[in-house]
Amino acid sequence: MTNMFDVCIIGCGVIGAAAAFELSKYQASVLVLEKENDVAMGSSRANSAIIHAGYDPLPGTLMARLNVEGNAMAEDLCRDLDVPFKRIGSLVLAFSDAEKATLETLLDRGQRNGVPGLKILSAEEVLQMEPQVSPKVVAALYAPSAGIITPWEYTLAFAETAVLNGVELVRNAKVTAIQKGADGGYRITTTAGEFEARYVINAAGVHSGEIHEMVAPKTFTVKPNRGEYYVMDKAECFRANHVLFQCPNEDGKGVLVTPTMDHNLLVGPNAVGVEDGDRVNNTAEGMAFVRGKAELSVPGINYRNAIRNFAGIRANTDRDEFQISIAAERFIDLAGIKSPGLSSAPAIALEAMKLLSQCGFRPEKKAHPITTRKKVRFRYMNDQERRELILRQPQYGRVICRCETVTEGEILDAIHSPIPPCSVDGVKRRAGSGMGRCQGGFCGPRIVDILCRELHLDPLSVTQDGAGSRLLLKETKQVGDEF
Amino acid sequence: MYDLIVVGGGPAGLAAACSAWEKGLKQILIIERDKELGGILNQCIHNGFGLHRFKEELTGPEYAGRFIDMLRDTGVQVMLDTMVLEINRDHQVHVISAANGYQVLEARSIVLAMGCRERTRGAIGIPGDRPAGVFTAGSAQRYLNMEGYMVGKRVVILGSGDIGLIMARRLTLEGAQVLACVELMPYSGGLMRNIVQCLEDWGIPLYLSHTITDIVAKDGRVSHVTVHKLDDNRQPIPGTNLEFDCDTVLLSVGLIPENELTRAAGIEMDPRTNGAVVYENMETSIPGIFACGNVVHVHDLVDYVSAESERAGAAAAAYVSGTAPEGGTIDIRNGADVSYTVPQRLRPGNVPKAADIFFRVRRVFKDSVIEVSADGAPLVTYKREHMAPGEMEHILLPRKLLDTVDASEITVTAKEA
Repeated sequence: MTNMFDVCIIGCGVIGAAAAFELSKYQASVLVLEKENDVAMGSSRANSAIIHAGYDPLPGTLMARLNVEGNAMAEDLCRDLDVPFKRIGSLVLAFSDAEKATLETLLDRGQRNGVPGLKILSAEEVLQMEPQVSPKVVAALYAPSAGIITPWEYTLAFAETAVLNGVELVRNAKVTAIQKGADGGYRITTTAGEFEARYVINAAGVHSGEIHEMVAPKTFTVKPNRGEYYVMDKAECFRANHVLFQCPNEDGKGVLVTPTMDHNLLVGPNAVGVEDGDRVNNTAEGMAFVRGKAELSVPGINYRNAIRNFAGIRANTDRDEFQISIAAERFIDLAGIKSPGLSSAPAIALEAMKLLSQCGFRPEKKAHPITTRKKVRFRYMNDQERRELILRQPQYGRVICRCETVTEGEILDAIHSPIPPCSVDGVKRRAGSGMGRCQGGFCGPRIVDILCRELHLDPLSVTQDGAGSRLLLKETKQVGDEF
Repeated sequence: MYDLIVVGGGPAGLAAACSAWEKGLKQILIIERDKELGGILNQCIHNGFGLHRFKEELTGPEYAGRFIDMLRDTGVQVMLDTMVLEINRDHQVHVISAANGYQVLEARSIVLAMGCRERTRGAIGIPGDRPAGVFTAGSAQRYLNMEGYMVGKRVVILGSGDIGLIMARRLTLEGAQVLACVELMPYSGGLMRNIVQCLEDWGIPLYLSHTITDIVAKDGRVSHVTVHKLDDNRQPIPGTNLEFDCDTVLLSVGLIPENELTRAAGIEMDPRTNGAVVYENMETSIPGIFACGNVVHVHDLVDYVSAESERAGAAAAAYVSGTAPEGGTIDIRNGADVSYTVPQRLRPGNVPKAADIFFRVRRVFKDSVIEVSADGAPLVTYKREHMAPGEMEHILLPRKLLDTVDASEITVTAKEA
């Protein structure tokens, strides 16, 4: 006998998490199934970390509407849920007359999409705002509503708050089959057991096609597309004050250069179609491509100051549109959510509520759902705040990650958060430890230590990240062991 | 008010504090972020330390122990488990600790001895998957020697820095198979004695002018790496690939002085060393703030760190006692095939008998000379049978010679004899 949930959400990336958060404000029993050992393990953690303004999508598309709506919602949500977000504005740089014409097209699109405050800037204006941009720039489209965000924190904030509101999250639960139950609901088979739900939301990202086809005839094909990035040391952050795009082309929005919320510089991505939507490797060609393209916008980036490469997968499909619809009776697709999916996430969640309502699910609102979250971020406090914090709780006085000044108190907060991390990178995404220039070289062993102490784990079982990514393979020799 | 605050309780900080005490300073404080003194020496359980300093072979913890013992006989104070957040030009030191909270300490003089950190995978951009099993050599060393865990069973090492070489032997002794040590450059980055004792003695092949071009993961852990030979422009040569099934990659690809505090204080930096620009007595561009050890430039031998740090400690004592350097300054330039010098500046009036000049050469030399020149004219030469980038060079410039120099700069050059 399994529990019958009202709604089962498959996938806990930013889309599934946003939907779970929205649903958690209602009187409904909600289950979220995530195939990995943590939330935000796919595209949601490896992307450009931008809340786009919304001038890219064609007017009339869902992408256009949900991007602009999602962008407008981000500010309040990030304030309430304590997610690092800042509207720093974006510039699309044009380096030729042909590209200048593209800016006009984007301006027109953006205005029709309802993007506020767009304007075209002269080269002088651009160089005044961005002294490091190539002097070859001829004009730029300025979008003041574009912002930067810490995307895994956005996902975590939605998911954690949903869990506090009673949503059940099951990790390491890969869906292997979905069957129609006798009572009109669904029976969902996973690697973590069977579950039942009256309604299902497919938010499986790059795997949303497979989930769709477990229930409904094929209507779209996911075409995973990989983008590679450089994360630069804070010493390079001065090179961009805004999100600096190049003119978009058939491969997407092109290579961007942007500051991040933690004052690093992010450079990338390229766009390459790949077979395996779960493999996020970097390639020499991809990295060289990104460096070459970025050089056109912002010459002179010093890659000796690189601290990390990463790659993410776009859940592109054969349609240039989000696949958001009622795909079968009581089964909703939030599928093929590619860029601008992160920007659209909270608006997509509202869309899911509408579709659920159309399917006949209209729960009552809870009287007092939790809609706020608060985190300690020692590194962004002033001296006085630090003084008081350590006085109150001495563990905030012990620095564990020296590059990012993350304290033991923050590591403990992360470990005892509503969705406890089980890996070193899980702690990293929650507390920021290991994000800096030594990439966890110093704090890694200490994080393993604290994880084991707090969660009573064997160090040999601690993973770097996903299941299987064990850090330590065995104990060193003991006295009496054979050589 | 302290006479001296030493930031860092590794070998550099310990030697600086001991020497400042010997020279008469009384209110000395060492601030150490770890729970014990000794710094990175604590995880260096191999021997070979102290040959110059103590004329015997010690392990890292033993070497640190000698200085910690010396410190016990002094009145030097120590704050452990304490992190310095900020230093400023007024000699204020902002620190936090669980025990004492947030404090702003003041000192007449400061010695910076924060050491260095390892370059990471991200800094060198190795393509491929990003699984568990890629460690910097020092992190792996900590897991093995401090925590008691093996990081891998089949290992490929990228880079031939000394820590990587030491770990090749260490892992072998623990029963792991070290399949290869792969070096980008045509020469090793480590000491010759380590190449012999840690690789050759164990039959571990060293591939010079090679690099890792791909890392492949299986189930979240390293499963395979591809290595290519490089051409003269350090580009992989197609068809030269070597394939290794392994579960671990160790990186020993360089060390970077840890100077975030130094930069934030507004101290002049040297882009060649990534450390502060220092004078003959290890004083930085801010009077009364000194720096020594790996935070200034990366050393091969801790013995030299100690010697340099003793100079810094003594200089801090002289500064506090009001002895101001007199006379002009000579800049030291790195000439052909020399990548940097420490110190970068000399005040001849402040040089006792001779000035110690440390530097590295850019390539391997046999039967060569180091030439010091002013205005293009040689002042003095030093013969060397062998020089290599992995081995720090050292010359002594006599005060008598410096007093004759009229120029505002001198140049150190390496060339074949």
